[in-house]
Amino acid sequence: MGALFSFVMVILLVLLAYAGIKAANLQIFFGVVIPYAAILTFLLGFVYRMLKWSTSPVPFRIPTTCGQQKSLPWVKQNKIENPSTALGATVRMILEVFLFRSLFRNTKAELRDGRLGYGSSKWLWLGSLAFHVSFFTISFRHLRLFLQPVPSPVHFVETLDGFLQIGAPTFLITGSILLLAALFLLLRRFLLPTIRYISLPADYFPLFLIIAIASTGILMRYFLKIDVVSVKELTMGLVSLNPMIPEKIDVIFYIHLFLISVLLAYFPFSKLMHMGGVFLSPTRNLSNNNRMVRHINPWNYPVKARTYEEYEDEFREKMKNAGIPVEKE
Amino acid sequence: MAKLPTPDELSKINYKPPEKRWVNTPAEFKDGFWCFGTRPKYLQAVDMPNPREWKPIEDDWKLPENWKEIFLEGFAERLKKYRSFRLFMDICVRCGACADKCHFFLGTGDPKNMPVLRAELLRSVYRNYFTTSGKLLGKLAGAREITFDVLRELWYYAFQCTECRRCSVFCPYGIDTAEITIICRELLNLLGLNTDWTMGPVANCYRTGNHLGLEPHTIKSIIESMVEDIETITGIKIEPTFNRKGAEILFITPSGDLFGDPGTYTCMGYMMLFHELGLNYTWSTLAAEGGNFGLFTSNEMAKKLAYKIYAEAKRLKVKWILGGECGHMWRVWNQYLETWHGPTDFLETPVSPITGTKFDYTSSLKAVHIAEFTADLIKHGKLNLNPSRNDYLKVTFHDSCNTARGMGIFEEPRHIIRNVCNHFYEMPENTIREQTFCCGSGSGLNAGENMELRMRGGFPRANAVKHVHKHYGINMLANICAIDRAALKPLMDYWVPGVEVCGVHELVGNALVMKGEKERTTTLRSEPLPEKEAKENV
Repeated sequence: MGALFSFVMVILLVLLAYAGIKAANLQIFFGVVIPYAAILTFLLGFVYRMLKWSTSPVPFRIPTTCGQQKSLPWVKQNKIENPSTALGATVRMILEVFLFRSLFRNTKAELRDGRLGYGSSKWLWLGSLAFHVSFFTISFRHLRLFLQPVPSPVHFVETLDGFLQIGAPTFLITGSILLLAALFLLLRRFLLPTIRYISLPADYFPLFLIIAIASTGILMRYFLKIDVVSVKELTMGLVSLNPMIPEKIDVIFYIHLFLISVLLAYFPFSKLMHMGGVFLSPTRNLSNNNRMVRHINPWNYPVKARTYEEYEDEFREKMKNAGIPVEKE
Repeated sequence: MAKLPTPDELSKINYKPPEKRWVNTPAEFKDGFWCFGTRPKYLQAVDMPNPREWKPIEDDWKLPENWKEIFLEGFAERLKKYRSFRLFMDICVRCGACADKCHFFLGTGDPKNMPVLRAELLRSVYRNYFTTSGKLLGKLAGAREITFDVLRELWYYAFQCTECRRCSVFCPYGIDTAEITIICRELLNLLGLNTDWTMGPVANCYRTGNHLGLEPHTIKSIIESMVEDIETITGIKIEPTFNRKGAEILFITPSGDLFGDPGTYTCMGYMMLFHELGLNYTWSTLAAEGGNFGLFTSNEMAKKLAYKIYAEAKRLKVKWILGGECGHMWRVWNQYLETWHGPTDFLETPVSPITGTKFDYTSSLKAVHIAEFTADLIKHGKLNLNPSRNDYLKVTFHDSCNTARGMGIFEEPRHIIRNVCNHFYEMPENTIREQTFCCGSGSGLNAGENMELRMRGGFPRANAVKHVHKHYGINMLANICAIDRAALKPLMDYWVPGVEVCGVHELVGNALVMKGEKERTTTLRSEPLPEKEAKENV
């Protein structure tokens, strides 16, 4: 249900952009107004969400410890999985954010004849990493449309991406990887019964959207071969706050741009915010140095607890009879 | 009480979720899965709100008129107080990596026991009241209103989570279901909805300082009876002290070690060790409980119960604190104690009086885990050990969730075991250390009426023990947690008969050669030492 709804939504978005350009000639709306609105929503929304999380304090230091603690000098500490320093916690975060360390641990439990076994299961890790790395690379490559002259790192990444050196224009592998990885993530949600059970429209929608973005991108580059010079005129216009609509741009570009705008505007309101949130996760970004440095809770407040005096008052006679020392005879 | 199915019946588990969507499937309360609701007297004893007689199985929970308001206000307050909570409500992508990591899901096959879905039960309510998309799109955004059915479901599943954090190890964002369960239970507590098995110990602990409600003279007489047993076994008379001012060390252990085997054998092991070292330590009859069932109730209650720890250390003018073998006690000490009740400037950085080792890593908390203390002694060759006394045992070690994932004590107990036993074997690697499986009864779930749930929750742990029992003939499951000692025993009897359960310091007590001791003929359990028995029969 959630999947169908999300699929139809994305199709409608595509049709909307198509109709808007073809039937209503809304080039300025789809080429200028919407992208500006989207980027503004993205930036403000992202910052707002990050600030909102940041305003909730971290009252306790609660890292999930995944290795030996720092203790006796001869016991080998796992300085990354159970960090006791800021450096250790930083390395842990880097491994988490760039290499998906925790997903790499993934196992699959199987029950056979009453026996549970745990097999290594790296597909989710591989699929997610492929998805995110290619997404990032593609976004980075797109900087060529927004910068003049194009900086050398962008050229370099593009050359790397086209290492297969086939086709004209050169086949860039990340586009296909992104599409395949997104399809893999989608298929998981369709085929694995437990994953299907937990999936919401909010899980399908971004996947369909990204699949559509990647597809229109591939279509533009390799099949419809749209006029990149005109596209760059438009994008440079946006960046220089001097927007203009060149003549010769195919409708597919407006569809692509519209879908990206939707993704950007949708981002801050959705689970996609995990991109920013992961950095704030208190079970990962803190070091386990509680026994060395006292953690301060900003809202720590005094509580009424039972005192020794109250305790002795209740049990004094019994304590004296048992020969347990008391404060007041 | 519900009849417990046989292990064969229980181990046929279907992991395939039903076709019907979970939001449209209200929780069905199965016998043997839930704990009795708390009696009002326990809530009254500690001034917790909405005390009343109520039964979880009934349709009327006698909730206060404005219960939704209380629940949602409490929700909003905690979103402001805990970044963990707000973040974990927002950033889950439902990748499902956590699904088959939970012992309750593996043991029940109930999809709402997948950590992701257990959290979604609460997230759906969060979206409805606290997010723009939820307010605008409702069901489409996965939001739902808080209704009585939803509340029942939250209650049922908040008490099918042991806050063990195994899911958090595998989550790419470190989402910790324990944090979510802890806060969900706090919200339920605002409505007086706790379990009797949790609130009874809390009320006891507030008045007497310990969960069992042992009064000071009883604590003394229990320990003295252990002293007698030690004298019978070793010929050595130990003289522990109580509430003695000016001792160097305050020793605190869970009260489970004082009451009921095999915990008591662990306690005898501690005392024999301290005597042999000539350690200048004292018991406190008020702080005769390191455990803290408050943690399974609310942060505030846990803080109240933990107050006595430093207060007694200060009153008795000790230099530092030595803590016994307990899981959640150490999680509380490591994660909360000093934040609540510090700073600890009246104590000193712990130094072992025997080896001179300065425990720098606890320079602020000023508490040493007994496994660290003993491992240090052994490393420095300060103990005369005869591991062959444990030769009749084939030992494996169960890492307790709390010390594993809330602290990271892995090597210290293993170092001890390798030195006091000759036969030590590990369970499979996906079931130990940071990936250890819960006993199935932690976080206040070790009641009697939910025995089927406990046996199911402990199934993955038991399954790993069964593996080493079959391959290496394991007959002893060692651990450093009082709830483990109480909970693993029935679990082993059910799933892997023939495997006993012990604390690490029971093994130490058995192997420890004490100055002036008589020739031992029995173990700390007063069972004949097997080789002695064999000799006598010749």
